[in-house]
Amino acid sequence: MYNAGKIIVGIIIFLVLFTFPFWYSKGKPGPAPKLELPKDAKQCVEATAYMKASHMQLLDSWRDSVVRDGNRIYVSASGKKYNMSLQNTCLKCHKTREKFCDRCHNYVDVTPKCWECHIAPEYKLPKEKVALRSE
Amino acid sequence: MDKTRRDFLKIAGISALGLGSTPLRAALAESAAPKVEPTPEALGAKRWAMVVDLKKFQQSGEAAMKACVDACHSIHNVPDWGNVKDEVKWIWTTGFGHAFPSQEHKYLHDLEEHGMKGVPTAVMCNHCDNPPCVRVCPTKATFKRKDGIVLMDFHRCIGCRFCMAACPYGARSLNWKDPRGHIKTLNREFPTRTRGVVEKCNFCAERLAVGKQPACVDACKNGEILFGDLEDSNSDVRKALREQFAIRRKPQLGTQPQVYYIV
Repeated sequence: MYNAGKIIVGIIIFLVLFTFPFWYSKGKPGPAPKLELPKDAKQCVEATAYMKASHMQLLDSWRDSVVRDGNRIYVSASGKKYNMSLQNTCLKCHKTREKFCDRCHNYVDVTPKCWECHIAPEYKLPKEKVALRSE
Repeated sequence: MDKTRRDFLKIAGISALGLGSTPLRAALAESAAPKVEPTPEALGAKRWAMVVDLKKFQQSGEAAMKACVDACHSIHNVPDWGNVKDEVKWIWTTGFGHAFPSQEHKYLHDLEEHGMKGVPTAVMCNHCDNPPCVRVCPTKATFKRKDGIVLMDFHRCIGCRFCMAACPYGARSLNWKDPRGHIKTLNREFPTRTRGVVEKCNFCAERLAVGKQPACVDACKNGEILFGDLEDSNSDVRKALREQFAIRRKPQLGTQPQVYYIV
């Protein structure tokens, strides 16, 4: 093999760099995101484990039910009734988008497009932008 | 192992029973699934329709019509771009001659004191019985509900503007740019739209669901706009249509518009 020394050293450097994230964190996952949970509500619409895993499917089924069928009340497994609305139900308990939604979504690197239309509680109309844009 | 005919028939019978129970099991699974239901206070109808009384509007003046437009646009977070090119509108005011081009003639200006041609006319989506926008929508974002409302699922709209080309009433607007920042007052109960989404009047489906009349109807204090069920002969709209002559916009196109105008 020509240039064996360089190649082997190169391979070793590559392997060290490639596996850097694994040995740097010593096989342990990084700190999980800490979410700010609502203080005045103990139970979400469904069980926490279900909400963690499937809130996106739940929201999709809510959307279809409200928009397509006009059925706006969701009867949860516990029998409690909820108005199916991201803005008017979910975000009335989860009072912030940044400290709840975004923390997890950033951690797992997903960017759902909810907020392009739905209004987050902390959203304010960009007054300065109005003047700039209308020029 | 010996299989007698008797054993074979027994197994076949049990298998048939098992297969026959499929609908039963499906029904059981369905009852276990989460349930949805309409809001108890929701207003229902077989066929929603609107009657716009232009005579009453002429008495109450153009300010009354503007109040209706503003009420609608403010609760639905409709942006105001301040120019015609980017304009987004759900309900707006136009001249009689524009709203009813087939009714126009040279002497409309002479009619009554203002001239009929320029009489302000409130126009919006006609929630047609045969809506061309629904037919052309490639993603089924626009659809007709059972109660006649032609509704949009903004989530599904890809901004292709086929519906805008198909609608003969110009009732649809595209958000060429992000509408946020051009909304005067934000209604936090209702979403905004985003860039690349078409929007139009929804007959206030979200207000009907909580037992309220459409915003423009509520904003008109003297009953200039009436709303009700066409299939109910005692409804406000049927009463108005029984008592007075009403026309519709461009009926010759066969779209069966369901907004009626008393002239």
